[in-house]
Amino acid sequence: MGRSLSDLAIFIAKRLLQLIPVLLGITIITFFFTHISVVNPCAAWYPHQPIGSPVTAHCEAQFHQPIQDQYYQYLTNLLHGNWGSSVSAVPVYPAIADGLPATLELVFASLFLMIVIGIPLGVIAAAAAGRWADHFVRIFYLTGWATPTYLGAVIAAIYVGPYLGLPSGGEYSALVPPFHQYTHMSILDAMIALNLPWTLDAIRHLILPAAVLAFINMGIATRMTRSSMLEVLPLDYVKGARMKGLSEFWVLYKHALRNALIATTTVLGLTAGGLLAGTVVIEEVFRWPGIGAYAYTAIGGGGAIPNFDGAIAVVAVFAVGVVVANLIADILYGLLDPRVDWR
Amino acid sequence: MEPPSSSGSGNAGPPRRILRTAFRSARTLWGVLRANPLTLVGFVLVVIIGLAALTMVAAPHLLTQYNPRQLTGDYSASPSWQHPLGTDTGGYDIFAETLYALPLDLAIAFAIAGAAMLGGGALGLIAGYWDRPRSVGGAVSVVILRITDIFLAFPSLILALAIAVSLGRGAWQLIVAILVTWWPYYTRLVRGETLAVKHLPYVTAARAAGVTEPRIVLRHVLRNVLEPVVVYFTLDVGTVLVTLSTIGFVGLGLNYPQTAEWGSMISFYQTEGLITAYPWTVFGPGLAIFVTVLAFSLLGDGLRDVLDPRSRRVLAGAGVGGPSSTSPQATELSAEPVGVVPVVPVAEPAA
Repeated sequence: MGRSLSDLAIFIAKRLLQLIPVLLGITIITFFFTHISVVNPCAAWYPHQPIGSPVTAHCEAQFHQPIQDQYYQYLTNLLHGNWGSSVSAVPVYPAIADGLPATLELVFASLFLMIVIGIPLGVIAAAAAGRWADHFVRIFYLTGWATPTYLGAVIAAIYVGPYLGLPSGGEYSALVPPFHQYTHMSILDAMIALNLPWTLDAIRHLILPAAVLAFINMGIATRMTRSSMLEVLPLDYVKGARMKGLSEFWVLYKHALRNALIATTTVLGLTAGGLLAGTVVIEEVFRWPGIGAYAYTAIGGGGAIPNFDGAIAVVAVFAVGVVVANLIADILYGLLDPRVDWR
Repeated sequence: MEPPSSSGSGNAGPPRRILRTAFRSARTLWGVLRANPLTLVGFVLVVIIGLAALTMVAAPHLLTQYNPRQLTGDYSASPSWQHPLGTDTGGYDIFAETLYALPLDLAIAFAIAGAAMLGGGALGLIAGYWDRPRSVGGAVSVVILRITDIFLAFPSLILALAIAVSLGRGAWQLIVAILVTWWPYYTRLVRGETLAVKHLPYVTAARAAGVTEPRIVLRHVLRNVLEPVVVYFTLDVGTVLVTLSTIGFVGLGLNYPQTAEWGSMISFYQTEGLITAYPWTVFGPGLAIFVTVLAFSLLGDGLRDVLDPRSRRVLAGAGVGGPSSTSPQATELSAEPVGVVPVVPVAEPAA
């Protein structure tokens, strides 16, 4: 069984190679739904240009080319970082490059909450399977599941935020002056500026949006932990740990959870799709300057003029994000589970 | 009367056989529902919601005295006995509008989940059953799986939003936009189940008995794949409803003042800035979405638990069995199951 370092390199290289067709496929699908399914693309893309203007004429000329030429051009532009611009001529690429770190910060913060809260809840539910604690946990995560993201975000911003004294919009309060942001992650930037009040301010601003995002996606972590704990608990080694006289807490969290976590890790990687999709509405409601809010406006949310270039780019970036998250989960699974052969 | 043997069911006519099957299914369902009180709550809620939707189609005046577009004369009234969910600034009754939207929302959700189940499921059945390498079927199944993988890479909401903005507003556009992103989950689920079922001895026996391949697939494989798919479908209706209403909230769904749909209603009242002054305008439809999705989730999650061999074993108190040989991903029907990367093969756990 191959589990040496060179085998690990092969394992990761194989996964990376499998990405190539998926990435190509993503561009084909985004291209199809934005270039071909639109009835009259030029009119839709440049709604404020008079018919026959240079911009529309250029666009028309592009759409008269053969489809494979159009796709080739789209792909080369994509690879050159030339992602087009919005109707008001704001280029797409810098906007996304600035917004992505902020979105990642939000996603990682809610992932952290899902791990810290969701996994222990799953353990509690499994230990009390079929009893009231189990039902309570189930109601908790299904409530999150059944809450539409926007409703949860709006309620949190209007009612929960003021009640808890938490800010419900933006990255910093007005007392923080604009300063140079190296990473575009609010907490990290404040830490780089070596300013403790700013850092605390940034953390306070992150709590609500991250909590809503985590609450809505909590079910996946909790459910998976509960179900893999149920698988592990009847095993002999757990009984052995109990017979040794270890405390129930120690048995559950040290011995049983350790094995149950392998499956949960994979599933957490698979929540990337849900988390990224959630940012679209949450960032808009909480005025978080990430690509989710950018996507919301690009798609024409709230009555904005759709920005097709931006929408295509964001969809592709999100898809790549999901693929990378799955890749990481897959590699982590290979690392954590000693039964996986790396060759 | 003795139950007839499988070969000699001639004395029981079709109606009686159907009746017996129905009775047996009802008993199984009751056993499942009794196992967990929350599942029962979900089931009761789903039945109530279904009945309410049917009533709204057949005789709406039984549930509400107002039309959705009827000026009640009470402007921005807070919830009261006369207006259980209040009225908006135009004097429309929110309760009536929410109820009138119920059949439409449910119909769209069922249409999407149902079409995804049929279409995606058929692809999964093909890809799972005819997967021998270096054959025509094998090539087809590889193509199906690659395309499925690519679609699974998109967060469904985001792709649905992008398609919705390309297609424009309307019920059909909405259905197409979500459906395009929805089928791959069923393909993956059904393929996994088919792979697990098709090597079971009874399938081999059917083949040895000379049953034709299409008949094996439709009568023997499909029947055993159906159970997890239906459970997933129950959960999925709720997920579709949430996605549907989110698209409505973004403003790409149905056009609210013309057609009442929960997400579009919330979007309308929220952009009108009514949420702070008259929160009930948003809470009415919001509560409707929440309760409906919760009902389907409670039912689906409970059913899934019963189906999951691991939980079933433990809950039945027979937790003495040996280590399970199923990989977690193979049986877990996660509601947001997005796996681009093929499931890592797991060896038999060390005893």
